[in-house]
Parts: sequence; C-alpha cells; structure tokens
Amino acid sequence: MATIKSLSLLGQLNKLSYVNRHFSTTKLTAAKQMTVRDSLNSAMDEEMERDDKVFIMGEEVAQYDGAYKVTRGLWKKYGDKRVIDTPITEMGFAGIATGAAMAGLRPICEFMTFNFAMQAIDHIINSAAKTFYMSAGRVNVPIVFRGPNGAASGVAAQHSQCFAAWYTHVPGLKVISPYNSEDCKGLLKAAIRDPDPVVFLENELLYGVQYPMSDEALSKDFVLPIGKAKIEKPGKHITLVAHSKAVELCLEAAKELSGKGIEAEVINLRTLRPLDVDTIAKSVSKTNHLISVEQGWPSCGIGAEILARIMESETFFHLDQPAIRLTGADVPMPYAKSLEAAAIPVAKDIVEAVKKLLKVK
Amino acid sequence: MLPSCVRAVSKQSAIPKKYLGGILSKNNYASEATFETKPYKLHKLEESPSTTVTVSKEDAIDMYTKMHTIRRMETSAGNLYKEKIIRGFCHLYSGQEAVAVGIKAALRPHDAVITAYRAHGWTHLMGVSPLGVLAELCGRKEGCAKGKGGSMHMYCENFYGGNGIVGAQVPLGVGIALAAQYKGTDGVCIALYGDGAANQGQVFEVYNMAKLWNIPCIFVCENNGYGMGTSAERAAACTNYYSRGDYVPGIWVDGMDVLAVRECFRYAVNYAASGKGPLVIEAATYRYSGHSMSDPGTSYRTRDEIQEVRQTRDPITSFKEKIIQTNLATAEEIKKIDGEIRTQVDEATKQAKTDSEIPMEELSADIYSVNLEQQIRNVDPFTSLVHKRIGAAVNM
Repeated sequence: MATIKSLSLLGQLNKLSYVNRHFSTTKLTAAKQMTVRDSLNSAMDEEMERDDKVFIMGEEVAQYDGAYKVTRGLWKKYGDKRVIDTPITEMGFAGIATGAAMAGLRPICEFMTFNFAMQAIDHIINSAAKTFYMSAGRVNVPIVFRGPNGAASGVAAQHSQCFAAWYTHVPGLKVISPYNSEDCKGLLKAAIRDPDPVVFLENELLYGVQYPMSDEALSKDFVLPIGKAKIEKPGKHITLVAHSKAVELCLEAAKELSGKGIEAEVINLRTLRPLDVDTIAKSVSKTNHLISVEQGWPSCGIGAEILARIMESETFFHLDQPAIRLTGADVPMPYAKSLEAAAIPVAKDIVEAVKKLLKVK
Repeated sequence: MLPSCVRAVSKQSAIPKKYLGGILSKNNYASEATFETKPYKLHKLEESPSTTVTVSKEDAIDMYTKMHTIRRMETSAGNLYKEKIIRGFCHLYSGQEAVAVGIKAALRPHDAVITAYRAHGWTHLMGVSPLGVLAELCGRKEGCAKGKGGSMHMYCENFYGGNGIVGAQVPLGVGIALAAQYKGTDGVCIALYGDGAANQGQVFEVYNMAKLWNIPCIFVCENNGYGMGTSAERAAACTNYYSRGDYVPGIWVDGMDVLAVRECFRYAVNYAASGKGPLVIEAATYRYSGHSMSDPGTSYRTRDEIQEVRQTRDPITSFKEKIIQTNLATAEEIKKIDGEIRTQVDEATKQAKTDSEIPMEELSADIYSVNLEQQIRNVDPFTSLVHKRIGAAVNM
C-alpha cells in the first residue's frame, strides 16, 4: 500500500525536481536524468558485477523486484544465489547477513523500510557495529543495511519515522543519508566497497524523483567519499544544513529567499557519521548564521548534534545569533493529512526561520 | 525438581558397562578401545549415529588433555574472579567440557564455530592458548582480544565468538554457514546456544531460513538444565530441544560422554556438508558453577543435585576411568598429564595476572577498519582521541 501511495506522489515530486534542476547548475540541457530508484539500482548492479562476494538479501528483493522496485531486474540478472528473498523475519535475516559478512562476504541487507529494522537493531549495533572493536581489530564486518527511512506519506506513526539519529549515535557504524540520484549512486557504491558496517538511509518519497546525472556520475567508477558534505548552493547570509529530503526543502527555501536578497548557503550532509563538521564550520564562519533542518524528531537529533558541536567549537564565536534547529514536531506522525503536513517542516518554515534569525521582515 | 537432563543421564554409571575390547600392544597397552554409548534420540531422522565408538590411544589422550585443560583454566578463572582480577562477567564451562571437546574432535580445519557467552573453553579449543584466554579475562594485553573484549568476546580463525546477547549468535552462525555454502567450500558452522536461548524468537526464524535454503549449519543446544536460575522445565513448554526445529531433523546425545558427542558430530558434519541442510542437536549436560560468578547456583537447585552429577557422571572422571580400564593409558600417565596441565595453566595464570593492560592510546584503536572520523571524541571536547589501526582486519 505504501508503495502505491508513494508512486502517486511522483507527479508532484517530479515538478519539484525540475525546480531544483534549474536551480543547481547551468549545464542541464546535456545532463541525463535519472530517478533515485534507478541510481540505487545501478549502484548495486555495478558493484555486484565488480565483486562476486556482493549479494542482496531481504524481503521481496528478488522475484517481486523489490517492495519499492529498487532491486528491479537484479534477480533476473544474478539469480537465486545473489538476490535472496527472505521470509518476513528481520532479526533472523539481519543476523544471517551480518554473520555472512563476518565470514568474508559483502552482503547488502535490505529492510523494506527502516521502521522494521527496529526488530533487527540488535544485530546492527551489537553484532555488526561492535565486533571489530571487541575483537581488537580482527573481525571487520563489511555489510550495508539499506532501505527507505524517514517520513513517508499517509502511512501513520509506525511507518513514518526517521532513524538517522538512532544509528548516528553508534561508534562502529558509518551512516549515510543521501539526497539525490548522484548522492545515491556514488555513496551506495562507496558503502558497498567499505569494509565496515554502513547504514544507508534512503527516502521513499524521493525514489521516483528524477535528478540530473553528470557523465562522471554515470560511469562505473563513480564513487563519492563517505564523510564529506556537499555545498548544494553557495551563499553568504546564512547556512542551512540538512540531509535527505530536507535538503530539497532548503533549496526551495533558498530560492525564495534569494528573491528577497538573502543568499542562503545550503549544505547537503550526505553522511551523518562521520559528520563533516569542517564544511559546516567553514560555512558558518562565512555566514555567521546557522539553521539545521531535518524531518526527524528534535530530541537528541542530528540537528542537536550539529548545534552542540558548533557550540563547543571556535565556530561558536562566529555566530551572530543562536543557531537553531528545524525538525519534525515532537509527536508521533499522525495519519490525518492536514496534521501530517504540520508535523514536518516545509520550505515556508525555513524561510520564516531565516527571516526571524536575520531580523528581516 | 530434577531437570530432565539430570534425570536423563543420572542412571548412567561412570564406568562403561560394556567394554567391547581393544587391540593390545606388546606392553599390554591398548592402541585403541571400543565403547558403547547411550542410545541417541532421533527426530525426523532414519539413520542414527553409531552407538559403538572406537577411540585410538592418541585421540583419547588428546581429548582428555583438552577437557582437563578447560577444567583447570575455568578453576583458575573462578579464582581470579574471587581475587577481583577478573571483572564483570565470568561464565564457567566446568561440567560441560565433553560437549565442546567432542564436537571439536569431529570438525575439519575449515569448519567454523560460534557460541554463546560461555566461551572460554571453545576459544582455547579453536586455537587460543590458556594465556590468551586467561589474559583476556584479566583484561590484559596478552589476551586474544588484547583485553578489549573480555569474557564473552574472544575470536580466532574460524571462531566467531563469544556473544553476550543471548541467542544472537545463532543467526550469525547461520550466516557464517551461508558464507561457506556461497563460497562453495563444504564447510559447516556449529552454532551453539543454551536451553535458555532455545526459547529466543530469532532461533526459530533461522531454523526456518536454514532449512529453506539448505544451509550447512549445525544448531547445538547445550542443555545444562538451567537458563540462569530457571530450570528448563520452567522455561520451555517442550524440553525435547532436539525436536524443536520441527521440520529440521534432530539428535539427542549424552553430552557428558565425549565419545558419544564426537560420534554424533561426525555424523552431523557429514550430513550438513553433503548438502542435506541443518540439524538441531541437543547435548544433555550440566554446569557445576552458577550461571555466572555472581550466582552461587544453589537457590534454584540443591547441593545434592550438583554433587550427584559430579560423582556419577562427570565427563572428565568418567572418561579417565574408561581410558585406564581399557589400558589406553595408565593411571601414572594420566597423572603426569594432569601435572603438566596444572603447571601450564598455573604459569599462564601467573603471567596473565602480572601482564599489563594495553596502552591508553588503544582506547580509540580499531573502531573502524577504515576510519573516516578526523578525531574520536573524548569525554570532553578539549582533547580529542586519535583513531589507530592495529588489528589484522580479516575481511578487507
């Protein structure tokens, strides 16, 4: 059901992507468009071709072509051995995938959504993240846990939650939360090649959205560095730092602010652990203002961590105003449409917050 | 209330009822001997492992030595704990030695093992010296995980721990076996858990997947009668653990008889390695100590019960008697081995106690095999830690 609903949103979201497209670069006429879904698919396909130890395991990943069609065609190409449909038993198959990684394979463990990964979180943290340290650097665990994360649409509280802060809390994990197609391809490839456990948080609402792909990004050698943020739009008046779909909100807001003479710098974090504090600090030193934007809950969230780190660093002295967080409201996600819309920040919220911070009417 | 595992084997005499004869050398020493084991119980299997087992002198001495070394090591660990040198957790394996030693004797070099938190004995059997185990327990640098893992987190080649989360090692074991199948070796993985963990949901999840995919995983329920202080009967609606895989065939074996265990696992390894899929094996055994060192182990069972097992079915004493009765070795030879083990373990204990802990800079070593953090946050923001890479990282 969730799949169908998300697909129905595509038309609307595609319009947004066109906005961004015109916004982000000037060579767009030549750039090829690719959906986030296809970029993830090609990342896995290329890495499976490159390394026969890479395999995919999860619910509906093979014959069904993926609950969200991210693994479409891979079972036909690679067969039962390398694309494995599991029963609906997250704790069991996450443990099996982790064990296989300990014994030298390179599993991609797909969760239909990260909401269900809570049933398996013990294996992600206790089995995957801690084993290298506990074994004094002997047993590294090269595994990718991936799937859609964050607020979805019309699916209520149990299916609409951001787990970014949960995993980012854990030493031993690397945590990626990509935004667009280039991010997804370059970072998923990097995650699969990485010899440590990586949690890769996709966004269901972005799967069907098209973004431009440079020639470089289309290449099989395209790998983005884990742990490096990207400045999506340079600016000098305020820094907006976000991950995943919130990056899009920031870009929308920045566009509107630009019309009012306010140039916001938008940072796409890409990786949440390790957090690229240098890029944020450098930006804040220039803009003297900082807002973090995320769709997850406020308490102990990604924004909370960013603000704490800035507060503790020399960058604090560059702030002209207190840094603030825009986050999801501190409530379980409601089902009702109007309430749901009010529970996560939208571009308008960012615009208003920027104006307030910069004392602009 | 006497747990079923005790009932099941308490009638057995420590002295073999039926000595089936041996081949005598010119010194009147037997080069091998044959014994009859207790019958196995089968679940959805037609063919049973053989109840007639033959052991060579060499193998008998080897298995005796290993069981006795584990016993001495655990006694030493218990003392180190009482001296407050070992901290936190310390779960002793005393009483259960025949299970690990019997299984190990049936494994081939490329077979893998993963076990629960009662891991000291297995760690030694898989290749770590008594010093490597004892120093790890003491948190010292000569420990097999340099003191960073402790009692439940020890690793070596083909041995994946040691796991502190009850039941979590079972899915991991299936994954290790899946890797063997994927790579096309005929290796199997032994995934051990206790009668307490046998009730964990994830165990049933992976029985299902292992059977579905024919994964060469041998599930081993070491039934020592108690999950912490709760007897098997009080925790499980069905205490026939060998049958609890339902569609996964199973075997019950006397876990106090090292030869029965070895025979059972020769059969099991052959079964799983030949593509027939998983098995669930219940090894009936007993733990002399409490659940961990903080448990005297006497509030939920009687001292008489423990004494009875010690006197009538101790896996080491009974095997020693078998060895001597069948002339595989003399009492003097055994005594000499005991002495050598004592010296070796005492020496290791001394070394472990006096060994130093790893330097402070290793606090932030080996969090990642490829570290991307610029610095590792310390307890305060003023002085950061630096990530260091030291270990071998076997999966690069």
